[in-house]
Amino acid sequence: MRINKVIQISWKGLLKNKMRSLLTMLGVIIGVAAVIVMIAISAGTEATIEEQISTLGTNLIFVSANFSRGGFGRGPDPGGSTGLVYDDADAIADQVEGVTGVVVEMPGVEPVKSDGVVIEDVSLLGTTPDFPSVRDMQVSTGRYFNEAELERKQKVVALGASLAEELFGDQPPVGQTITVGSTKLTVIGVFSEKGLVGGADYDMRLYMPITVVFQKFTPSFFARVRGDRVNLIYVELDSSIPMEDIILQIELLLARRHEVSLDEPDFVITTQQDIIQTQEATTEAFRNLLAWVAAVSLIVGGIGIMNIMLVSVTERTREIGIRQSVGASPNDIRMQFLMEALLLSLAGGLIGVVAGVGGAYLFGELGGMRTVVVPASILIAFSSAALVGIFFGYYPANKAAQLDPIEALRHE
Amino acid sequence: MSRDMIEQKNSIILTEDLTKVYGMDASEVRALVGVSLRIAENEFVAVMGPSGSGKSTLMNILGCLDRPTSGSYYLAGEDVSGLNKTQLAVIRNRQIGFVFQSYNLLANTSALENVMLPLLYTRDDGFSDSRQKELALGALDAVGLSDRVDHKPQELSGGQMQRVAIARALVNDPVLLLADEPTGNLDTKSGQEIMELLRKLHSEGSTIVMVTHDDEIAAFAQRIIRFRDGRIETDHQNGAFNPVNSKMEIFDEN
Repeated sequence: MRINKVIQISWKGLLKNKMRSLLTMLGVIIGVAAVIVMIAISAGTEATIEEQISTLGTNLIFVSANFSRGGFGRGPDPGGSTGLVYDDADAIADQVEGVTGVVVEMPGVEPVKSDGVVIEDVSLLGTTPDFPSVRDMQVSTGRYFNEAELERKQKVVALGASLAEELFGDQPPVGQTITVGSTKLTVIGVFSEKGLVGGADYDMRLYMPITVVFQKFTPSFFARVRGDRVNLIYVELDSSIPMEDIILQIELLLARRHEVSLDEPDFVITTQQDIIQTQEATTEAFRNLLAWVAAVSLIVGGIGIMNIMLVSVTERTREIGIRQSVGASPNDIRMQFLMEALLLSLAGGLIGVVAGVGGAYLFGELGGMRTVVVPASILIAFSSAALVGIFFGYYPANKAAQLDPIEALRHE
Repeated sequence: MSRDMIEQKNSIILTEDLTKVYGMDASEVRALVGVSLRIAENEFVAVMGPSGSGKSTLMNILGCLDRPTSGSYYLAGEDVSGLNKTQLAVIRNRQIGFVFQSYNLLANTSALENVMLPLLYTRDDGFSDSRQKELALGALDAVGLSDRVDHKPQELSGGQMQRVAIARALVNDPVLLLADEPTGNLDTKSGQEIMELLRKLHSEGSTIVMVTHDDEIAAFAQRIIRFRDGRIETDHQNGAFNPVNSKMEIFDEN
């Protein structure tokens, strides 16, 4: 029998039970749509992460304390790492060749008051004057503090865009005074919007000289023997010098300053590459999860198809007998029912693709999630649907093909 | 027409020692026990017998819906007793036309499409779409249903449905027309009309084998074979057979 005839017969068979066909397709529709939407969300998240990393600059590395070193009853320093101190940053800036900028960060959380407005639990960040350039932050009004203000521990502060608006509304914030904890600070600048970076809202933060943070906002026990503790040191590198060389210099310097061996350092140096790899691992785990969800929903859809095809074969036993009596071979019958299953899954796949692309768009527009529809996901989802149709359609189709014509004709 | 004349013609059906056994061992049922039968071209044969006599089993084997347990069956000179399911499907498609008691038309499908059904399964690419339609319309015309081409079975009377079924049986120009109680579901008048149609087809050259338990219907046939317990009980010419006169005559058992 010619294939166009097979398709024609099968299509008619499906149209005789429109509602049932649609319900049968539902599993495949949901499976395919889910695959496309979830891959779109995952791709959107990935794109956002990549953009954030690129705004950080690729020639930036992070030095942080490794508190996992040490542990119970270990060595001469049972408290583990003493962490990084402000002088470490100075040493890196002064002694390591190929370093173009160093910024330190020490975070804290304090309530903030302006004239009439109180906001609890505002993140503050103590940094150094290079911060805006190293972190690619633009000052929209006013200015950032300078080296002199840092050394003199001037009580000045720059505000994130959202925070400035919440505190002062339409009023110009520069020159105003705010109270952070119990300390009064003068606003000298406001940043442009930066958005979320690594989960932190840069627009709802205070930025002030790190020396002020050491003096006013760090509990005294954090100030350890070797100096003022910092959370993170950003090091901007000269991109013309191999990164590994600079990192090795920093490692040697810090190991010497902290009196630790390079095999068991009490600090961690993270490159953009490391962050990208971590993100990729996370994304991959997410993708694997999606693949399982997709596989399960497609299998469930396939079982639905198999179930309905079995019902259909039983219901249409007489029809099968009639076709056999006029000369349909087992293969003709098999092809007819296999084609019905395939058409069901392909139609389901097609509707699923439309629903998936539409769903991804809606998630993007209404859900505020960034979604990128990946063309390959459409292809994969669609061909998986086809495979499901053939796989789960084969058993019922074969059952139909094996029917005895005499029994089939006798069937009521 | 004498028996000698018939045997001189080519055989359409030739069976030798045909047996059919259902089940195994203790529950074994011997439906056919050594049936040897010869039916020549353009014969019109009625097969009669009580239920369980083996006439349905014979029809299934003659129609290539079933295979004999032993013995041989030559259809138009070809040994079909050893064919597989696919080969049997080809024989059914090319050589045999079925007419069933319950019509067995596809529901929700027009008369024309029902008649075209066998052509759909004709191998080697068969006929073109336009040729298929032409053949089907010709077959519907031959059974007097040119004006019901687009009607679906549920829009037709029993007699009309059986005519569609006969058109379907004829469309592939088979060597053998098998009718299983073709008037069983019809009232007397419609039954008469169907029998007239079969008689006309026979007069035009068709070879017809028909199962019936109705003597009045069997009287239309040229030759009557009676079955009992899986064997041929009697096999003789119908003295009342009249190929021209459409008036029905009661068949005399003797």
